[in-house]
Amino acid sequence: MGELRLMKGNEAVAEAAIRAGCDGYFGYPITPQSEILEYLMMAKPYETTGMVVLQAESEVASINMLYGGGGTGKMVMTSSSSPGISLMQEGITYMAGAELPALLVNVVRGGPGLGTIQPSQADYFQAVKGGGHGDYKLIVLAPASVQEMCDFVKLGFDLAFKYRNPAMILSDGAIGQMMEKVNLFDPIPRRTNEELISQCPWAATGKKKERDHIIITSLDLDPAGQEKVNLKLQAKYKQMEENEVRFEEIQCDDAEYLFVAFGLSARICQKSIELAREKGIKIGLFRPITLYPFPTKQIAALAKKVKGMLVVEMNAGQMIEDVRLSAGNQIKIEHYGRFGGIIPTPDEVVRALEQKIIGG
Amino acid sequence: MEEAFAKLDIRKPENIVYKRTDLLVDRPLSYCPGCGHGVANRILMETIEEMGIQDKTIGISPVGCSVLAYDFMNIDMLGAAHGRAPALATAIKRLWPDHFVFTYQGDGDLAAIGTAETIHACNRGENITIIFINNAIYGMTGGQMAPTTLEGMRTATCPYGRDVKIMGNPLKITELISQLPGTYFVTRQSVHTPVNARRAKKAIRMAMENQKLNKGVSFVEIVSNCNSGWKMTPNQANKWMEENMFPFYPLGDLKVDGKLVEKK
Repeated sequence: MGELRLMKGNEAVAEAAIRAGCDGYFGYPITPQSEILEYLMMAKPYETTGMVVLQAESEVASINMLYGGGGTGKMVMTSSSSPGISLMQEGITYMAGAELPALLVNVVRGGPGLGTIQPSQADYFQAVKGGGHGDYKLIVLAPASVQEMCDFVKLGFDLAFKYRNPAMILSDGAIGQMMEKVNLFDPIPRRTNEELISQCPWAATGKKKERDHIIITSLDLDPAGQEKVNLKLQAKYKQMEENEVRFEEIQCDDAEYLFVAFGLSARICQKSIELAREKGIKIGLFRPITLYPFPTKQIAALAKKVKGMLVVEMNAGQMIEDVRLSAGNQIKIEHYGRFGGIIPTPDEVVRALEQKIIGG
Repeated sequence: MEEAFAKLDIRKPENIVYKRTDLLVDRPLSYCPGCGHGVANRILMETIEEMGIQDKTIGISPVGCSVLAYDFMNIDMLGAAHGRAPALATAIKRLWPDHFVFTYQGDGDLAAIGTAETIHACNRGENITIIFINNAIYGMTGGQMAPTTLEGMRTATCPYGRDVKIMGNPLKITELISQLPGTYFVTRQSVHTPVNARRAKKAIRMAMENQKLNKGVSFVEIVSNCNSGWKMTPNQANKWMEENMFPFYPLGDLKVDGKLVEKK
């Protein structure tokens, strides 16, 4: 089953979209993720599966194309990198408010501003805490390999439709650009319009005689009505927190210390574990896979077992806030970060562990 | 009197010569009395009813006075973010090519904040219908200057009249988009008299029928009054529109069957 290929992370996203039965991709070129649109244009899925691929005039247009497509129940996606995702925030909050499914891929680069085209994890806050206005949440998946870039496309679509909520793959320039072996899943046929209409009775697909007309909107001018909308959203987010937390534990069983890291940083920490254990330091890695919903309970439980945690991120300290909120203040929790497109080496991570946690 | 009518028994279905279309939801419109939106909403819904395409039509309402159009139009609709309706319509039409897709937008929505989405959807030749209500003002937010506000015209944000040296020129977006190869039918109408409303309805019919041809955007501008925003009675507003708006935004077809109409 499946098919083995050597691919870039960005190419894996594009191939997975076609195989997942995606109905439409709408995007705008930006480094370091342009291969996704390039791959799709080369593959021409509109001639095989019927998937629409369109280069939009801007990220603003792309995300609003997703709003349109998602509002009619279609499986739609876009991808971009940090500055482009900032432009999309208006559309993202509208989609969260109108409860529309869609998949967004952010291949993060260093910021702020135009920043750099090199990899970064500095969009954690934007992805997890909001980014746009109002109280809303995205389902956020953090891949640490090209294989996960592929698999999370399917998972992201599944979760987006399960909860009628936009889902985001929060990757980075290194995972997007690096090549690894990928086991591609077997293609899933696109849904027919009849299947869509029966599976998505909420979608605007043309008014049928047997039902009222459908309105897709995030507007409710009546404060009592708008509060109800918010309460419904919050109840949905609670469900996600109970059912969808995903994480990975590596060598945590005998660990006295922990690295907590997601995505590329977690890959680096795996090497740092080897180096540290050679020195006799019993350390493991806890890797959140869903950044929202965050594995709060799991970190709280681990905080009772270990002496300290080093949160390693390619940013100035973002996920550490959630780690501290989860773990409380019983143990030492420090941050080690590089930013602006610099990737930390396994050695310097071990040095930071020794200085900030063990020796500190 | 009512008894007399009942006795006469004239309210039989076969005696009805005119009634409100079933595609308008039976609820009060949120538009100001005297405003052109009501007629524009009605003729659009009548057209969709007459074409028998209610179950295959998806509409997109804007942000502005017609933000709640989806409450009045008895078809499946999406409320877009300000200016983005053509982007939604692009995706929907491409994903549902056998459906009829229209946007209904005001001048601020279509010609200011959404200019990029408008131009590019038109230039790509999306097979959609765009209904553009131009009343030269931001009605819903309380009468501020719009991209189409005339030179010298007073609004809440140009209280001494639009000074083009400071505030820039009114934008003839319809003339601009008529030049794009992706537009197939571009026309400018009004709905302030029964004759004009009939012509506008004919234009909307053509704009919707054109979607069957798959030849590009059909664009219907309706020059409308805004008696509330202009601080006039409805009659004064219509007269002012004829005297001031029509010379700058002349009524008539700009492009038919993909060919520019020669100016007389």
